[in-house]
Amino acid sequence: MGWTQKVLRVNLTTGSVATEPLNMDWALKYIGQRGLATKYLFEEIDPKIDALSPANKLIMATGPLTGTMAATGGRYSVITKSPLTGAIACSNSGGFIGNEIKNAGFDMLIFEGKAPKPVYLYLENDKAELLPADHLWGKSVWEADRLLHNDHQDPLLRIACVGRAAEQGCLYAGVVNDLHRAAGRSGVGTVMASKNLKAVAVRGTKGVGNIRDPKQFMLATQTAKKVLAQNPVTGEGLPKMGTQVLMNVINEVGAMPTRNMREVQFEGANRISAEAMHVPRESDGKPNLTTNAACFACTIACGRISTIDPKHYTIVNKPQYMGANGGLEYEAAWALGSDTGVDDLDALTYANFICNEDGYDPISFGSTVAAAMELFEIGALTKEHTGGIEMRFGSAEALTKAAELVAKGEGFGRDLGLGSKRLCEKYGHPDLSMTVKGQEFPAYDPRGIQGMGLTYATSNRGACHLRSYTVSSEILGVPVKTDPLTTDGKPELVKAFQDATAAVDSTGLCVFTTFAWTLEDIAPQIDAACAGDWSPDKMLEAGERIWNLERQFNLKAGLTKADDTLPKRLLKEAAKTGPAKGKVSELHKMLPHYYEIRGWTPDGVPTTDTLHRLAI
Amino acid sequence: MHKALQLEPEKCTGCLQCEMACSYENEAVFNPSKSRIKVFTFHDEGRFAPYTCSQCSEAWCLHACPVEAIVINQLTGAKEVIEEVCVGCKVCTIACPFGTVNYNSDSGKVIKCDLCGGDPACATACPTGAITYVDADHTGLARMKAHASQSLPKA
Repeated sequence: MGWTQKVLRVNLTTGSVATEPLNMDWALKYIGQRGLATKYLFEEIDPKIDALSPANKLIMATGPLTGTMAATGGRYSVITKSPLTGAIACSNSGGFIGNEIKNAGFDMLIFEGKAPKPVYLYLENDKAELLPADHLWGKSVWEADRLLHNDHQDPLLRIACVGRAAEQGCLYAGVVNDLHRAAGRSGVGTVMASKNLKAVAVRGTKGVGNIRDPKQFMLATQTAKKVLAQNPVTGEGLPKMGTQVLMNVINEVGAMPTRNMREVQFEGANRISAEAMHVPRESDGKPNLTTNAACFACTIACGRISTIDPKHYTIVNKPQYMGANGGLEYEAAWALGSDTGVDDLDALTYANFICNEDGYDPISFGSTVAAAMELFEIGALTKEHTGGIEMRFGSAEALTKAAELVAKGEGFGRDLGLGSKRLCEKYGHPDLSMTVKGQEFPAYDPRGIQGMGLTYATSNRGACHLRSYTVSSEILGVPVKTDPLTTDGKPELVKAFQDATAAVDSTGLCVFTTFAWTLEDIAPQIDAACAGDWSPDKMLEAGERIWNLERQFNLKAGLTKADDTLPKRLLKEAAKTGPAKGKVSELHKMLPHYYEIRGWTPDGVPTTDTLHRLAI
Repeated sequence: MHKALQLEPEKCTGCLQCEMACSYENEAVFNPSKSRIKVFTFHDEGRFAPYTCSQCSEAWCLHACPVEAIVINQLTGAKEVIEEVCVGCKVCTIACPFGTVNYNSDSGKVIKCDLCGGDPACATACPTGAITYVDADHTGLARMKAHASQSLPKA
C-alpha cells in the first residue's frame, strides 16, 4: 500500500504523544507528503492564525514511495503556515531522515501547541517521547547533531534540527537534516523553534513493506531507473556538475539576476560555476568539489560535497570548517554570489556552510544581503545601521560577516533575519525588495524567462522556482522547447508544471527526476506500490487538487489577487544586456488567462464548479 | 570458477540502494538496518565506503561456530548461515575480524552475506558500479589496468 497508515501526533503543550490511523480517504485523493499534509493542515488550523503562535501546527510528512527502492524515494516535507509569507509553507528535503521516519512506522509526524521548555522528539520505532533539550538550545545544528548522537550512543540516529538562526527568530530559518540537507524555504524552521522543538531524532528499523504488488513495483522502479541513467541531465550533467551546471547556461541566456536584480548577467559567473568547482586550487592542489553525493535511494546523486581553500581568510584558525561539507547548489551559488556581486568561490562556500550549520535559507539570505547592499549604496543604510560593515556589492567580507551575524541573530544580523521585504520596508524603500508574497526570488530572471514571471507571481509559497520549473521547457527544452522571451502558451505551461510538480512532491520522489521522467514514468511506480489505480491523468488531477487547496488556504489566510504580482523593477525596468535586452516581465499578458484556465474568477478565486470538479 | 563482490569506494555516492536491495532479497522489506552490506559515510572526508563479507577461504566465523551452522556453498564459495541450525550464540560475530557477521534480534539468529546464491542483489542495484560481481581471482583487474596505463610510454 506504500503508506504505513500511521500518524504520530505530538502535543507539545501537554507533552502527549499518540499514534492514530492515517486518513485513507484523504490519502487516496492527496497521495502523501505535500498534498496530504496540506489537507491535514487545512482541516486542522485556521489559516488566519499568527504563524508563530502555538495555534499553528507543523507537519513532517513522507510520501508513499519514501523509504522504498524507487530512485530518489527518500524525500520528506515540512508543512506549516509560513511566518515569512503568511501563506502555506511546504519545504521539501532529501537526505536520510524521511526514510528513517518511514522505517519507524510513520507516514507523518504532526506537532501542535508549544512546549513550555525546549524539547526534542526521540522516535525509535514505536517508542516516541519528548525529552528535555535545554542542553541543545543555543547550539548550532552541527553541535546539536553531535550531542544527540553522543547522548544516545547511536551513530545510526537520523536527526532533523533547527539552529540558532531559528531560535533567534530569523524569518527564513529552515529545518536541517543529516547536517546539510534542508527543508530550507519559507521559515519552516522558525515555526519549529517557536514551538520550543529543537530537534527530531529518529531510528527506524521496522522496514518498509506493504507494497501492493512487489513484483510489479521492482519492475516499474528498475525501468524508471534506466530512464534516469540514460538521460543526459540526470545520467551525466547532474552527477558531474550538480545543479550548478546551470550557472553558465542561465548567465548566457541573460536570465541571471545580478546585484539585487538590477542586471541580468553576472561577469563573475564563470568564477563561481560548476566548472570552477572542478579546478584545482593553488594552496593544496585540490578542487573545491570533493565528490558528488546521493540522498537516500537516489541514483542521480547531484549533491555537492566541498572543502574551502585552507588558506582562505574565512577559515583561518577555524578547524570546524576545514573538513568536507555540503557544497554549493546552483540556487545558493546564485543568491550568495551573483545577486550580491561576490565572485569569491570560497567565500560563497563558507557562507553556505554557515547556512547549513545554523539552519537558514541561503536563497532568502543572499537576496536579503543583496537588498541591503543596494540600500547601502543609495545611502538608505549606513555603517551605523550595519555595525560598521561596508555593505557594498561585490564585498566577500560583507557577505561572510553577514552570514555569521544571521547565524547567531546578532547585531545587524537581526535586521537581515527579517528578510528582504521587511528590511526594505524598515529602511524606507519597499520597491527594492525582490520578493513575491514576502519570499525572495530564486535564480531565474523573469525578464529573460517569461514563464518564470508567472511562476513566481502565482506560486502558493511566494517566489519559488520549484513550484513550476518552466526553465526546463523554456531553456533546456524538456519536455518540449518553448521560447523564453514570449508569453504565448505560458499560462498553460505554468499550470501543467504546477499540477505535475504538486503531484511529484506528494509521492516521496525528488522533483529533479522530472528532467527525465514524466508522470508516465512515475504513475506506474505509485500504482504498483499503492491502492487507488494511479494513472498519469489521475496523478495530474491530484496535483491540480493540491494546487487549488493550497490556493484556498492562502485566500482564507487573507491573501488576494493583489499578492499575485512581481516587484516593480521586473515589470518596469528592462533587462540591460543579453538576449533579453529591452524586455520586462509581461505578467499582465499571462495572469488573466492563467486564472481562466485554472477555473478561477477574474479575482483569482477558484469557482464553485472548479472546487466541485476537483472534489475539494 | 568462483566470483566475488568487488567494492570500489571511490565510485560510491552513499545512496543505499544496495542496502535496500539486500534487505528486500533476504527479508522482503526495504530495511537498511537488516542489510548484510553496509555503506559507511566518512563525512569530514567526503567519502563513502560499501562493506560486506569478503568470504574468507579459512573463514573465522565458520571455524568458531560451535554448532556448525555456517557452511560453504560449493557452487559460489559463500559461507552461509543455516538458520535452522544457528542458535544465536554470536560467537561468529566475535570471531569475524571484519565485523561483517551480525546478530538479527528479530529472528534471534545471525545474518551475513551469502552472495544471494550467485546473483548478488546489491551489485545489480548499485547505480554507479561501486559494487560489481566479478571473477574471484581477478578482483584487482580494473585497478591493475588503471595503473598499467600509467606505465605506458608517453605518446
